[in-house]
Amino acid sequence: MKRVKKQRLVIIGNGMTGVACLEQILRHQHRFDITVFGDETHVNYNRILLSSVLAGEKDTDEIILNPIEWYVENHIALRLGIRVTAIEAVRKRLIGEDGSVTPYDKLILATGSSPFIPKIEGVDKKSVCTFRNLEDTKRLAEWSAPGRKAVVIGGGLLGLEAARGLQIRGCHVTVVHLMDRLMERQLDPIGALYLKQRIEQLGIRVLLERQTTRLLGNGRVEGLQFSCGGQLEADFVVIAAGIRPNTQLAAAAGLDVRRGIVVNDYLETSQPDVYAVGECTEHRGVTYGLVAPLLAQGKVLAARITGNPTQPFDGAAPATKLKIAGVDVFSAGEYEDSPGADSIRYEDPSLGIYKKLVLRNHQLAGFVLVGDITSNHRYLEWLRSGEGLATRRQSLLYPEPSADAGEAAALLSDQDTVCGCLGVTKGAIIKAIHERGICTLAQVKETTRASTGCGSCAGLCQDILRAVAPNFEEEAKKGLCRCMPFPEEQIRQIVQTQKLRSVQEVLDVYGDGAGCEVCKPALSYMLDMVWCGGHDEDRSARFINDRVHANIQRDGTFSVVPRIRGGVTSPAELRRIADVAEKYAVPMVKITGSQRIDLLGVKKQDLPAIWADLGMPSGQAYTKGVRMVKTCVGSDFCRFGTQNSIATGIELERRLENLFTPHKTKMAVVGCPRNCAEATVKDIGLVGQEGNWQVVVGGAAGKHVRKADLLITVETTEEALHASELFFQYYRENANYLERTYDFVERAGIEKVRRDTVYAPEPVRAGLLSRLRKSKELSRDAWLEREQPRTASQFIPITAIEAAPAS
Amino acid sequence: MNWIKITEAENIPLREGRPVEVDGKEIAIFRLADRVMAIDNRCPHNRGPLCDGITTGEAVVCPLHGWKISLETGRVLRPDVPISVRCYPARIEDGIIEISLEAIEQEECEAA
Repeated sequence: MKRVKKQRLVIIGNGMTGVACLEQILRHQHRFDITVFGDETHVNYNRILLSSVLAGEKDTDEIILNPIEWYVENHIALRLGIRVTAIEAVRKRLIGEDGSVTPYDKLILATGSSPFIPKIEGVDKKSVCTFRNLEDTKRLAEWSAPGRKAVVIGGGLLGLEAARGLQIRGCHVTVVHLMDRLMERQLDPIGALYLKQRIEQLGIRVLLERQTTRLLGNGRVEGLQFSCGGQLEADFVVIAAGIRPNTQLAAAAGLDVRRGIVVNDYLETSQPDVYAVGECTEHRGVTYGLVAPLLAQGKVLAARITGNPTQPFDGAAPATKLKIAGVDVFSAGEYEDSPGADSIRYEDPSLGIYKKLVLRNHQLAGFVLVGDITSNHRYLEWLRSGEGLATRRQSLLYPEPSADAGEAAALLSDQDTVCGCLGVTKGAIIKAIHERGICTLAQVKETTRASTGCGSCAGLCQDILRAVAPNFEEEAKKGLCRCMPFPEEQIRQIVQTQKLRSVQEVLDVYGDGAGCEVCKPALSYMLDMVWCGGHDEDRSARFINDRVHANIQRDGTFSVVPRIRGGVTSPAELRRIADVAEKYAVPMVKITGSQRIDLLGVKKQDLPAIWADLGMPSGQAYTKGVRMVKTCVGSDFCRFGTQNSIATGIELERRLENLFTPHKTKMAVVGCPRNCAEATVKDIGLVGQEGNWQVVVGGAAGKHVRKADLLITVETTEEALHASELFFQYYRENANYLERTYDFVERAGIEKVRRDTVYAPEPVRAGLLSRLRKSKELSRDAWLEREQPRTASQFIPITAIEAAPAS
Repeated sequence: MNWIKITEAENIPLREGRPVEVDGKEIAIFRLADRVMAIDNRCPHNRGPLCDGITTGEAVVCPLHGWKISLETGRVLRPDVPISVRCYPARIEDGIIEISLEAIEQEECEAA
């Protein structure tokens, strides 16, 4: 049999769309020898996540989509860092900048786009950069430092993403935009105003209707000159004024090129055997910049080029789902008010929520959602189906009453997109579930790639799994225990709405009446937290440590750890501790890993007297509560210290001590990045630097070691304390009992934590703080129970009234 | 039965236990909703003080390693081991807790 000679397929462009199309080609039966040219020196990565890299949330490695092994396994020749300089369409070959000649049978142009540089005088000065690829991102990361003045030219998606990344790195960021509103291609004026307010709440300045005419400075940029005459200082400038399709190569080869490389519905160019896909194309007069329609193009092209039947690419409804600087925005179809259309609005200025539906003839023509996009699938469905909404006009903006949480997932049709970033439909997920026996979210991510972009569809994927997968493994919402078969989140709501104030009440009404060693301490915690200490304390529901405020040891004795805030003590305190150790014959005195002193082997009945002799408050070393704030020496004595870590640590400990938390809470404050008190592996850590503090959360150095995530960078000590308090109360209110911050932060996601704490609207932040203050007011040093024990027998064994009868 | 007066019932908070020494033995007395129970104060696992445990219905969970012991029969309910702890008859008379040292008959009894 004669061997069929393989055809040579060459792809110019190693970006998201080109490689996504290639992945689709590999799924078809194909007979290609494949070569990919990429002018960046990196393998294919997720461009959408560049802002996360800029923000320091993700490492470069974490955004790689196709590692080098993938190319090897699929026998793809990868030519990185080589720019193709010419296409000789007649001779069907490419010339590389290295002089190489590569023949092809089929050619795909996936050359993407380049940043548009507006005509501004001095734009070639140093410290001016675009925001498009990993190189730009690295450069910007190097330039940014707390307090540096960054100016972003361009108030579209890319500009705002860059602004957020820079702001998280502590820069003073100003966004300068030519138009009268942000994201004018997706948002109506009011929607844009809501977005602007949220962005400004993050501490990013926004200047609208400013045309930059000149970049000032001598060699290096120092400022901007506007056409209105105003000026603005800048240490560096980011240009994010839009993108332009890369068409030079195609134009030089004689292909039909207008704004982009012109393609038909099957992504064929004007030249036979030459195709184009992605941001470089122009289809029916439209160029695309968002990823979902481009991935759709890739699918059509993959089928076409391998000779398989396919629907034509017929353009895409302009739907945009974005998370901009942590603010959710969704826009689809018509979004402007216009004659003949009804605009229906919902606004909550304090919460920053804006919804608008545009209706024509009782049909949805478009919508805009800012701050809360939960209903977007319902609206998209209406937009797609053109369903008549006349009978539902009174409840368009209210969620339909839904019997179960999976309804949003059930309402989607198989063609509906679940993951907008990677263009994964509900049907594709269901197929993967059935064919591969998938039962966890992690497996969905691995096989379908859904939820690996921005991650905002994770909940929806979970709902689909729940509904479809026979062996679905619930990842979060387990009941508390057999006595209380509700998820903790629900119990917290029950406690609050039903105004239950004691553990026994909760157990009687919602549990089995008896309770157990699992639910009783958990309920005790929740009641104390929900009612800010104003609950009915029931010590029988507490673990022994919380009945006698000491840590039970293996022989039934207890350990005593007095509070030594920030690890700072005095000769007088040390003397008292030594005296106590001798007077009560304490078997062991030990320095702990938390900069505290532990008296081990104390009898329960001696506890009250020991506390009195110590004259120090409880160190809470026995409970799920505020254990300690560890500090380094800091600027008072250390020659490297840049911040006063000791005073700050003591103040932090004062503000939070005596409060209960879902699990123990360990903190540390360090005065410089040398991190001598290990703040980056604590539940809450403050890392001082020259002129600012980094507040980090969710660190661990126990069985697991986890580096804490950056919550925010702030300039003043008070702001750092404030951010710590917000996170602390948020953790108290939202974590499950016995869930450490590192599990909680991972479960919730640092983005959400940020959005709900330091970047939450003012009323939300004020609410967290006022509940924290209220709890703090009602809390007290537990060791004061030495003076007023709850019962006569709290610490002292009972003495029998009668002796045993002589037997 | 010889009843020994121990203490006023209010001295033991509801659903909690307290230790008392009687005739050289350390006994844990628990006050439940409508009755009192008495049991040797040592967990058969590692001698943990049962009086410091959390009650769950008519059983107690040892504070050291979570063994669960029936206050009614003394049987270890968790883990599944055929061991029992000695229990004693207990009652409230005129507001006073009384116990008897005549051990309750048990299926299998091992001195802990």
